[in-house]
Amino acid sequence: MSNFASLTRTRILLALRNKMFFFFSVVFPLGMFFLYAGIFARSNPRAVSYFLGPVIAFNVMGSFWGLSATLVMFREQGILRRFHVTPVTATDMLASSLLANYVLTLPTVSVEVFLARFIFHVPSLGNLFSLAVLVTVGTVSFGSLGLVVASVTNTMQETQVLNQIIWLPLIFLSGATFPLAYLPNSVQHVGLFLPATYLVTALQGALYQSFSVSQLMVQILALAVWAILTFFVAAQLFRWEPEVKIPRKAKLWALATALPFFLLGAWENTNGDILKQAQAAFHSLERPSNSDQPSKTAR
Amino acid sequence: MANPVLQVENLVKRYGDVEAVRGVSFNVEEGEVFGLLGPNGAGKTTTVEILEGLRDPDGGSVSVCGLDPQRESEALKHEIGAALQSTSLPDKLRVMEALRLFASFYKRGRKPEELLKRFGLEEKRNTFYNQLSGGQKQRLALAMALVNDPKVIFLDEPTAGLDPQVRREIYDVIEELRREKKTILMTTHYIEEAERLCDRVAIVDFGKVIALGTPRELKAHSGGATRIEVRLSKPESNGALTNLEGVADAREVDGTYVLHSKRPPQTIVSLVKHLEAGGNELVSLEIATPSLEDVFIEMTGRRLRD
Repeated sequence: MSNFASLTRTRILLALRNKMFFFFSVVFPLGMFFLYAGIFARSNPRAVSYFLGPVIAFNVMGSFWGLSATLVMFREQGILRRFHVTPVTATDMLASSLLANYVLTLPTVSVEVFLARFIFHVPSLGNLFSLAVLVTVGTVSFGSLGLVVASVTNTMQETQVLNQIIWLPLIFLSGATFPLAYLPNSVQHVGLFLPATYLVTALQGALYQSFSVSQLMVQILALAVWAILTFFVAAQLFRWEPEVKIPRKAKLWALATALPFFLLGAWENTNGDILKQAQAAFHSLERPSNSDQPSKTAR
Repeated sequence: MANPVLQVENLVKRYGDVEAVRGVSFNVEEGEVFGLLGPNGAGKTTTVEILEGLRDPDGGSVSVCGLDPQRESEALKHEIGAALQSTSLPDKLRVMEALRLFASFYKRGRKPEELLKRFGLEEKRNTFYNQLSGGQKQRLALAMALVNDPKVIFLDEPTAGLDPQVRREIYDVIEELRREKKTILMTTHYIEEAERLCDRVAIVDFGKVIALGTPRELKAHSGGATRIEVRLSKPESNGALTNLEGVADAREVDGTYVLHSKRPPQTIVSLVKHLEAGGNELVSLEIATPSLEDVFIEMTGRRLRD
């Protein structure tokens, strides 16, 4: 068995034995699901379908909490040092934690989709292939962001502070908490600079508007490019030893991860139609009679 | 292989302005147990970590099994086994899982089953790492260091923080490895450990090797004299104590006078006489057989223990 495969297996095993993991990856996301579906959507099937996107986005973006915390803990406790004297590489360590996280995210997402369909009677689940692609690029990219956070912080406390600083705008300005179109106009434009916005709108596009992969190409490509970049940065900044100082250039590298969405945000703000699509989806929710709604035609 | 397994020449390592290792040189031959003995902060761990490929040196050259740890670190890691200091494993990893996981990283290796038996961990095979005692954790660390059947084993302070009984248990394990003619480089700040386990010892202080040889050679170097340690009610000059019968040298270390004597009974008698004449009194007296501690005191004027 390759190092990567045996590490992935072990990471999955360890997560399943961790009570915190159960809370944050199973109890918390499902709680969110019932909050959104039962209260925000008032169990209305079309509204549940609309809110399923943000619920899954929460689940997918949450990857970065667990991955950053575990990596910092492994470094602080000297667990990484032990791996450092073996032939295991930094890429093995990082990639295995991403894959384990991905494998562990899939069941919860599946349960959410299943509950939406069979408990809340969502008429159509939209485009499940798009959903699968988005969950994949989403968990890998946000997971890599967590690995970068772990490498530019020294202690668990610093990690949690930085996580909060990143997390709050991601959930409040992206449409994950309140629908993007419901936010003030200026905030909507700021939201276009955040990766979370593209994940949320694309998930909504896939689930509510049945958009295909090609219709969601901008978001998918952007998240994929971002995933590769953040993973590369995480591998560059990886530190085995707790006492090794963070090089000054590390902070620059970490900032580079914001670049793709800075550029895409600038472009989307002037030429793009992602915002218009998000607004259209939101307004269609208020006008149930709108017959060009894909989830309706599928009925 | 006629060449030494480990070659260290003029090794230098700096942390900022601090020179942790200042020109360390030694060789370790195949089948030898070699000890780096010295106080905490002497540069032992840094030296070992450079040999393991965990840190890059700032000067000098090192070779491990004919490999350069800096440039051939991947090939090197298949050849070495290590029990590190300040390391641990995930809490919820079971003993057997840890051995299997680490075994999976190497091309060749020993059966985890066999290692479990050898290190007396059979009953603990399904125990979580965080439920092991300190001694069990250390035995697991040693078992893991052997999982790839390494050509050279690094043991960094293998008994630090363990109680005396557990420490002896670990000694037995290391002695068994020694009988198997394993090449081992170990660091320690326990005299007893170095004398009992090592074929050769390098005494390290402030990043330098201050003495090197077999424990016997090193002790002979200090004249094979008995150490007499006395505490007095009033200060004495070192000169007066050196003039006592049979005393080779005398010095004050942390408020205690340390005398080395070839004829302890005569020395003690003349010491008591001398003190009485000067109105001084003996507060305590201790006699120790020659050990590596004497070598250290002689070279540095300080004690090795913390």
